[in-house]
Amino acid sequence: MLTPQIDREKCDGCGLCVGVCQNNGLEMRSEVVVFVGGDACTWCGLCEAVCPLDAISCPFDIILDES
Amino acid sequence: MTSKLDFLKTSPFFAGFSAANLETLSQRVFEKRLARGEMALNEGAYAGALFFVAEGVVKLFKTSIEGKEQIISLMRPGESFNDVPMFDRGPAPVNAQALGAVMLYGIQREDLDIMLKQYPELSQNVIRVLAHRIRYLITLVEDLSFRSVVSRVAKILLKNLDDQVSPAPRLTQRDMAAMAGTAREVVSRSLKYLEDEKLIEIRRHQIAIRNKKGLEQIVEPGF
Repeated sequence: MLTPQIDREKCDGCGLCVGVCQNNGLEMRSEVVVFVGGDACTWCGLCEAVCPLDAISCPFDIILDES
Repeated sequence: MTSKLDFLKTSPFFAGFSAANLETLSQRVFEKRLARGEMALNEGAYAGALFFVAEGVVKLFKTSIEGKEQIISLMRPGESFNDVPMFDRGPAPVNAQALGAVMLYGIQREDLDIMLKQYPELSQNVIRVLAHRIRYLITLVEDLSFRSVVSRVAKILLKNLDDQVSPAPRLTQRDMAAMAGTAREVVSRSLKYLEDEKLIEIRRHQIAIRNKKGLEQIVEPGF
């Protein structure tokens, strides 16, 4: 199960991503963001878009599926 | 949490203001709290205040006739919105919605008019802020005017396709924006366009190329 990637070195705990996640998938613990969303995460990318430090990201695998 | 005065000090609108002037001016600044999902502005409405995001994130977006939402930008603490209608007296050009709990500072248009007359340095700051925004929009218009961004995004997808032979990198929309030399919002729009054209399908953490030949045809020669 892939989850949004959080760079603990970059994260300064501002919490903007926690607030924007529509599925309550992120929480602040010890001033660092952790993912708690499980399957609820829709990979909408809002957390990535809002992070001023590029500390959280939702990367895509690019695959071929013409079936 | 920073105080109203501390917040105003850091805003480009009030750069160069003396502590005394800021203190006087802050009396005309009101607070507004929004819960997640609550609207701060509705497109087309005549809302009479300039807003600054103090806490949380506000989503500025437009909705198409088909009901599709296009995010224009995400406003973070320190950023302002609804400034254009304050000066051209027109309706709000976008919707603004709280993405989580949000605290805004606002200045009613009538108060802003008074402040502009009282503090000439405010006019200069406003010009600077709006000029900065125009510069950003010119870049965005360049990107959106030419089909080359969709073409570049298509090429990036093809180039980074996981063919199971050589390892392919996993890409974020931010990565793609950096590679295409454009803004993340434009990449997001390009991906939606390619999905609408049934060339790709965006799944949770996958971008599936559904029509490789079609995607190759989007790539303009020279890119």
